Amino acid sequence: MTTTTRPAGVGTVVVPVPATRPAPRPEDGRRPRWQRVLFVLALLAAAVVFLLPFVWLVGASLRPREYVFAPGFLPVPFAPDNYAQAWQAMPLLTWLFNSLVVGVAAAATATLSSAWVAFGFAYFRFPGRNLLFGLVLATMMLPFAVTMIPTYLIWNRLGLVDTQVPLWAGNLFGSAFYIFLLRQFFLSLPREYFEAARVDGASYPQLFWRMAFPLVRPALLVAFVFEFKASWTDLVKPLIYLRNEQLYTLPRGLKVILDRFGYGGEQQWEIVLAGSVIATVPMIVLFFLAQRHFVEGIATTGRKG
Amino acid sequence: MATSVTPAVPGRRRRSPLARREARWAYLFLAPWIVGFLAFTAGPMVASLWLSFTEYDVINAPRFSGLDNYRQLVSDPQVARSLGNTVYYAALHVPLVMALSLGLALLLKRVGRLQGFFRTVFYLPVMTPAVAVGILFLLLLNTQDGLVNRGLALVGIDGPSWTTDPGWVMPGIVLMSLWSLGSTVIIYLAALQNVPGDLYEAADLDGAGPWTRFRHVTLPMISGSLFFTLIVNTIASLQMFTEVYTMYFGNRQTAGSFNSDAASFYVIHLFREAFQFLHMGFASAMAWLLFLLILGITLAQVKLGNRFVYYEGEDR
Repeated sequence: MTTTTRPAGVGTVVVPVPATRPAPRPEDGRRPRWQRVLFVLALLAAAVVFLLPFVWLVGASLRPREYVFAPGFLPVPFAPDNYAQAWQAMPLLTWLFNSLVVGVAAAATATLSSAWVAFGFAYFRFPGRNLLFGLVLATMMLPFAVTMIPTYLIWNRLGLVDTQVPLWAGNLFGSAFYIFLLRQFFLSLPREYFEAARVDGASYPQLFWRMAFPLVRPALLVAFVFEFKASWTDLVKPLIYLRNEQLYTLPRGLKVILDRFGYGGEQQWEIVLAGSVIATVPMIVLFFLAQRHFVEGIATTGRKG
Repeated sequence: MATSVTPAVPGRRRRSPLARREARWAYLFLAPWIVGFLAFTAGPMVASLWLSFTEYDVINAPRFSGLDNYRQLVSDPQVARSLGNTVYYAALHVPLVMALSLGLALLLKRVGRLQGFFRTVFYLPVMTPAVAVGILFLLLLNTQDGLVNRGLALVGIDGPSWTTDPGWVMPGIVLMSLWSLGSTVIIYLAALQNVPGDLYEAADLDGAGPWTRFRHVTLPMISGSLFFTLIVNTIASLQMFTEVYTMYFGNRQTAGSFNSDAASFYVIHLFREAFQFLHMGFASAMAWLLFLLILGITLAQVKLGNRFVYYEGEDR
């Protein structure tokens, strides 16, 4: 839809870099030592710049109100009480729980349905396959604003506005990014393996569920963690669909905290900061648990095809 | 079995009953996506096109108003302002993200085992929820007490009023956006590591210096990734919403102390027209203008890219 589709259904967003190569020869060996030291120093400087905002955030969130904007990064004077206050002021536990439930629902539905569809694209040969796959890729480039209003009207008509359903149920129909990703992995499985199972009388759903699905588990995890992160950090959908504060996810709640305690009222920035830390920490933990999958997901979709 | 073991060229086989049965199953696998595409993509696209020619406030039925919305669209100074801001932002954000990410990726490629650590550091901001990023930078960019101006003061620069001076709001937002360049770095790093070492050896034999190697080996070999990130980052930056909405909209614009025009982005304006003022028809017209704009820019980029991107081999 948005760009020309290259032959054989590989088009649009796909980067035309060759699939796999032998591991590159490390070319560091012949580089003078002082040069490598220089590179590391440059990266260290950049790393400090990237980390300082985190350090400040955590430090300032642990200082009393009148010290939040004081110079320095350390939590001095130490005021861990900010977190207890934030916890009491707002239903943070409810929002954490909501984010978790919505995130798992969004990630599980997106992963399952995308895998099902991706297997269809990878295994079967049928008329219109390349055209349809091109269409899948094209939807990735469609601005969300174009479908946002009618989608809202659909959920409104179904009486599901001010419930959490619109936050994840759209994922039941697969998501282009993950269909693309998982198709790549399904394509890498040896076809003979499936043919043999067919001869032994396995049905197509069995091929998918018992053979293909378990074999691409790493890719499924990639899809799952990506969608979980996308759901956890999303503000747009909660902003459109949720009115009742008890249903809010964390980003939506955090926006309320900012509006109520930051600008409004007493400028209680320590509460805003504590809330920000609470919303961020689970994502950092997720990244350290699933780092490999995040990097692989970006590298694969940015490279393969 | 009639189906061949080697992947056949689709459409070359005669369609046996078996093949037809296989095709039925294929569509069964594709069914969720097809249904979703019709219900949540194609249908809504048609619907929003239709709505863009109406006046609609959700409560009353849509009333056909011809080209009124589009006429208003081209004459509305707020639309022009938000569109101008958005394009200004994209024009700064995209080249800066690409250049900085490439620089970082080139360094990362050369530091051996430390690569993993630094890659993690550069990716952590991407994991941070956009609302938290907005809040964080609202405070970091604070004129008197913000970290950014404190840092600038260390080198003797009197920092600007990033969050209140209309002329500095946009540069401040660009600065914030650069913090989250981690995924572009990872894409470039993967591309750099895919450049075959023998190309560099050949270049060395020909007596190429570092710049020549970069210009004539590295750049062409990663041009596919550069092109990809150009397109993706452009599309994303034209749809900037969450961080800026967090910082400057919501309850704040009612406080009145700040003229939010300087921070008005196209999608933010569209969102407010739709869900705050319930101008669903007008907002739909805005959405279609954005769609055509993005389509046009992407097509232009593809056209340009085909001249510069080096396609090796041609796989699949």
